[in-house]
This record gives sequence, structure tokens and C-alpha cells, in this order.
Amino acid sequence: MNAALQKAITTLITSMADDALILGHRNSEWTGLGPIMEEDIAFSSMAQDKIGHAWALYRILQEHLGGEDPDQFAFMRAAKDFTCCHLAELPIGGYDFSLMRHFLFDHAEAVRYESLQQCSFEPLQQLSKKVKGELKYHTLHADAWLLQLCRGGEESRQRMQAALDRCFPLAAGIFEPGPQDALLADAGIYPGEQALYDKWLNTIYPLLVNASLNLPDPAEVAPQYGGRYGNHTPHLQALLQEMGEVFRLDPTAGW
Amino acid sequence: MTTGTTTIADIYAALEQVMDPEIPVLNVLELGMITGVTLYEGTAHIKMIPTFAACPAVSYIQQNIRATVNKLTGLPVQVTVDKEVHWQSNRLTDTAKEKLQHFGIAAPQVHEGELRAEIMLNTPCPHCHSENTYLRSPFGSTLCRAIHYCKDCGMVFEQFKPVE
Repeated sequence: MNAALQKAITTLITSMADDALILGHRNSEWTGLGPIMEEDIAFSSMAQDKIGHAWALYRILQEHLGGEDPDQFAFMRAAKDFTCCHLAELPIGGYDFSLMRHFLFDHAEAVRYESLQQCSFEPLQQLSKKVKGELKYHTLHADAWLLQLCRGGEESRQRMQAALDRCFPLAAGIFEPGPQDALLADAGIYPGEQALYDKWLNTIYPLLVNASLNLPDPAEVAPQYGGRYGNHTPHLQALLQEMGEVFRLDPTAGW
Repeated sequence: MTTGTTTIADIYAALEQVMDPEIPVLNVLELGMITGVTLYEGTAHIKMIPTFAACPAVSYIQQNIRATVNKLTGLPVQVTVDKEVHWQSNRLTDTAKEKLQHFGIAAPQVHEGELRAEIMLNTPCPHCHSENTYLRSPFGSTLCRAIHYCKDCGMVFEQFKPVE
């Protein structure tokens, strides 16, 4: 594999892992606060899954692409060196926001891992089979609650619509094109962000219609980009501060 | 037991003693976590796979495998994660499913590759065997379990989730 391709794959995997780690941390903030016990458990479980997926991706970087130890990489980097999307880093807000973010993000991840079933980079292809199966439960959970809340009366539906309007530009930012998309597509790594975005729209549209929600016109929406290039909202810095607090007390400690 | 006489069958027999920390009635073979056992130059090489990528018990289970197999065979043991195979619930043996039922956890339905949500409907209750049940949440007390409710006997019960 040539150096340019190696760098491009590293960039792709880092973004995927950072998204999973940061949203995993956000999900964990519902632990103890969920509106009902099952939801407390669900968000806590999804946090565990996401952080596990992030770890597995960081581990690929370490084993195959000259990356650092996953813990060091996760906890010691500065905010500008993270490439997560803005959607993942925002605070949990209300349950409507968190649920809608979960719905939009997990379908995006499902589409991404589906496309990676054909990835020519073997370690990523192998991991994607496992992650794809586990994500089924995340989308199952999101779809069930989306329907339930949208059919739970007019106030409930309106709040979900407001959450969708707020989240949609952020979610479109998941698919911020990378400088190496063409290179990655040519090498058979994955089809590129634009292709995934189109697939994602096709997936979520019928689910939103079924829940009586209106998808904002994608042509009218300016996606919230920046995260993939290290430009973040101020919320990321605060999150990293808290997430790495214990680790930084003694970065060499064994756990 | 001396190294010279230990066979692959002995290593498998030792693995039967390694139980899952979260479901202590099942051993790692019944769970389908072992993908290969070889004996090479006096060392037992064991390949295993975690049930879920984020399973927090993986290194603990690996440690148990090393300690138990070493104790029962006297051999040095090397445990590695097999990346070529991924775990799916169809790997659970029939014995495992029966033990799960007795433990009060419903067994996963057998799936054909692609998992569809409908498979989770009407999961038989491990207590009264009724199929008049519904999925209460796809997430339970551990990553591998879902929560169901039985409308006939009124019990909330857990299920070992089907995973593709």
C-alpha cells in the first residue's frame, strides 16, 4: 500500500472512531438520567457499544497503520486533532434531541458499515461485519422510539419535528467530503461521502414519512461541516476535559 | 499430566471448565467462542472470538482460559483473538440454548444470515413457554441480552439476543 493511501485510510478510520468515541461518551451521560429505566439502560448499552467500536478502530490504526496506543490516542489528543462531526459532540440536551441524533447518526453508521462489507482493506472489512450486526439493535431501538414518540400526540410529534429540523444540518455534516474520497473510492476502500449521504437519505426518508415527520429539503440545507478538519464547537473541549480527567492523572497506569 | 501425553481432546476438556463470567452456566465452547485449538512445540494455541466487540469480559475470559488450561494440562497456553471469524448467535450450541432456558434466559432464535427485527417478536417465555410476549427493549443488563415481557405469566424476562 502506498503512503498516500495509507494516510487516507488513517484519516477515514480516525473520523469514524472519533465519532463513535465522542457520541459514546455523550450517550453515557444518560446513565442515571434516562426518562424510564429501559432507556437509561439502552443509552448506557449503546455507549458501551460505541466506545468498543472506537477502540477496535483505534486498534486497527495501531496494528496496521503505525498508530498510537488506543488509550493514549483517545485521551491525550487536543480538540483540534479530533475529527468527529459536530453532531456527535453537542451536549445531550433533551430526550427529543438525543433520540433524533441517535436515529440520524446510527442510520448513517449502518449505511457506512454496510458499504465497508466490500472494503479492500481487510482489517476494516473484517471488523465491519461485526459492527454491522451490532448496529442492527441501535437502529431497531431508534426506529421504535421515533414511531412511538411521533404517534404520542401532537406536542410529542412537534417536538420530534423540531429536533429533526435542528439535527438535520448537523447530521448532513457527518458526510463532510474528505480530500481523499476519490483516492479511497478508486482503491475500493469505500464509495465516498457523497454516495453514503445519498444512501442514508434513501434509508431515513421512508422511516420519517411513516412517523409523519417532514424531512427538510436537503437542497435548502447547509450541512454543518468543519469537524473532519479539526474545527469544532466549544462543546468538544469541555467534553474532552471531563472524559480524560482520570486518565491524565497517571497516563501510564495499568487498569 | 505431562506435555508428551496431552492431546487436543484434553485441551477441549479443559476448555469445558472455562465458564462465561456473565452467564456462569455456559462454558466458552458452548458459547461458540473458540475457533481453533492446536498443539505446537509443547504449547497449546487457542483462538477465540468475543461475542460483542465491546464485551468488557474479553481479557478476563482470556485470562481464565490461560489459567484453566494450564492448570489442567500443564501446558503453556497462548490465547489469541481470531479476526477472521466473527461471533454470531447461531454459534451457540443446542446444549447452550437448553442451559440458558433453565437459567431463565430465553435462547436466541436461529437466523439465516441477515437479521430482521421481526425475529424478536413472540420470543417464547422461558418460564411458562407462552409466545404471547413482546420485546420491551433491545438492550438489557449486558450487551448480549434483550428484555421481553410475557403477557400470560406476567414475567419480565431476558433473552440472549440473536446477532448476525
